[in-house]
Amino acid sequence: MTNAQSPALDAPVLVVERVGKRFGDREAVRDVSFEVARGELLAIIGPNGAGKTTLLSILAGIRQPDSGTVAQRGPNSEKRIGWVPQQTAVYSKLTVAQNLRLFARLEKVDDLDATVERMLEQTALKERADDELGSLSGGNRQRVNIAVGLLADPPVLLLDEPSGALDPRQRQRLWNFITALTERGTSVIFATHDIAEAERHADRVLVLADGELLFGGTPRELHSTSGAGEHEDMEQAFVAFLQTKGH
Amino acid sequence: MRWLLLKDLQILWRSKLLLGLLIVYPIAIATLMGLALSSGPEKPRVAYLNQVPDNRSTIRLGSEKIDIKKYTDELFTAIERVPAQSRDDAVAKVRSGAVLAALIIPADFTQKLSNSGFSAASIEVIYNGDALKQSFVRSTISSKLALADAALSKQVNRLASGYVDVLLKGGELDVLGTQFKILGLEKSKRAIDEVMAASPSRATSRRLGPVQEFAELAVANAGRAKDVLNTIERPVEVEETTLSGRRTPLDAFAVAVAVTISLMFVCVLLASGLLALEREENTFSRLARGLVPGGHLIAEKIILSAACAFAVSLVMLIGISLFVPLDWGRAGLWVLALGAGALAFAALGVAIGSLAREVRAASLLAFLLSLPLAFLALVPSGGVSPLLYDVIRVISAVFPFKPALAALDAAVNGSSPGLGQSLAHLAVLIAVFGVAARAGLRRFA
Repeated sequence: MTNAQSPALDAPVLVVERVGKRFGDREAVRDVSFEVARGELLAIIGPNGAGKTTLLSILAGIRQPDSGTVAQRGPNSEKRIGWVPQQTAVYSKLTVAQNLRLFARLEKVDDLDATVERMLEQTALKERADDELGSLSGGNRQRVNIAVGLLADPPVLLLDEPSGALDPRQRQRLWNFITALTERGTSVIFATHDIAEAERHADRVLVLADGELLFGGTPRELHSTSGAGEHEDMEQAFVAFLQTKGH
Repeated sequence: MRWLLLKDLQILWRSKLLLGLLIVYPIAIATLMGLALSSGPEKPRVAYLNQVPDNRSTIRLGSEKIDIKKYTDELFTAIERVPAQSRDDAVAKVRSGAVLAALIIPADFTQKLSNSGFSAASIEVIYNGDALKQSFVRSTISSKLALADAALSKQVNRLASGYVDVLLKGGELDVLGTQFKILGLEKSKRAIDEVMAASPSRATSRRLGPVQEFAELAVANAGRAKDVLNTIERPVEVEETTLSGRRTPLDAFAVAVAVTISLMFVCVLLASGLLALEREENTFSRLARGLVPGGHLIAEKIILSAACAFAVSLVMLIGISLFVPLDWGRAGLWVLALGAGALAFAALGVAIGSLAREVRAASLLAFLLSLPLAFLALVPSGGVSPLLYDVIRVISAVFPFKPALAALDAAVNGSSPGLGQSLAHLAVLIAVFGVAARAGLRRFA
């Protein structure tokens, strides 16, 4: 078992204990444990097929783990974890407002109109509220995708490869938005294979390879653990780390 | 579930092409079906060549002359006549497709009729190679030839009966233009009776006795010759037998088939597409997080697709009823049959939709599966070998088309098997395909 504790974690909002998942003979996630603090920005990094998406889908409640538990803690633990899948998961034939209104109803939010209004403001899409989603740019679609995940004001938000389809400017706007969320107390867990992005934005990184959690700590700790030189960047350090672990 | 229904209705409303098709389709099909079933077939164009010379267009039966043109005209009440100049011209017209067939009356037709009777005379019909059109023309010509034949036979029968009357009762007989006076069998017998009464000698009795008996027998039996002649008028008596089972007229059955096929396509395509859309848009991963239970999602797609297809097919049925008389007293049963059929097709649709990742793949799969099943369900018993038919019956029973058709046929036309049996069959299929779709959803996540 590998346990990755948050360094400044007094009251975790999410506790993952010994979670495992198999698909036939293949072990997609193996005995993974970690905790997430309120307002923490946690990156799950790893090569393709490492089990990042499977782990996130278990945390989101889409898949049931074969073993282990996922528990929410804290004052808003009754609220559902927010989920933003890798590809935009909204209806392209509906308008921005119709999408937000539909998912707000399904999430059973208290004040429907105020919530939709708030999300339109947060995503700066108020002027595009009546536009069909299919007519928006990839960046704006991703903002709606994230907004839907935030409708119920979840204490924890999961993002799977959130900036994969965005250009650099859109990516910067997205990270500003996510950082603002964490400053308001929302914990954010995102999966990525963009190591530089994880280094730049994450408070802590979890390294996953072949379903196994190999590391949990700050990006700087990962760099020093990898044995890479000072002049080598984070991506080189990450590759070196995987090699030392036999991956 | 109601918010998902609202969402799907909003999506349908925004899909203008699909919405337009859903409105135009039943109206167009109902109108076409109605026109096709209510109007008679057009006259087939047939090349006509009469090689009989004008001065030999009549046949002479005793003192009567019969103009053969009067009888060939009977043919052209059902055929559009296209004059041909020669046999080669007639053949060329058939080959080019200008006409569907050619009808040629040979020059010696009337001569053979006069000299040798009906069996020796013949006409020539040339068809093109199109099996369907050939069948249509052949049946049209055959029926009209039979009518013409019957009319001619009636005329001959009338003349022959006249001759028998003359032989029996006496009168004038025309043989090749020469008039003969015939005494007749009845008068002959009376004359013999009078001679026998006036001269009752043994020698007279011995010589005239057999003649008297012959005359008596001839008078008694000559009338039967007319009965024999009457059989010429209708040489073959056709007995019609209605088999147990289907009693639906073809046009009424065609209505049931057309409406069921429309119900199937609208329902299966819509249901499969709506479910596959959740996967194509990646929204299933959101819904599956406890926002909407899988069973509710399946039920919502079935209800919406069935409702749309039900409305479309009901409009279609009402439209067709403007052309083909349907029993409105059974309208309640139509609703029941259409409703059950729609739910079963929608259940099949979501089962198909649960197998596909994209709407287009789901539509293609639905189309590829539905069409052959509809054709299989329409294969008649006796059309294939008994073993193959049993296999087809089993396949047809596993899918909703055949029971839906049987239910609608029973509702509209009162045919067997009864509506109850078909509704029970459909209820089982709704449950089976609903469960299959629910199982298929597990692959979505």
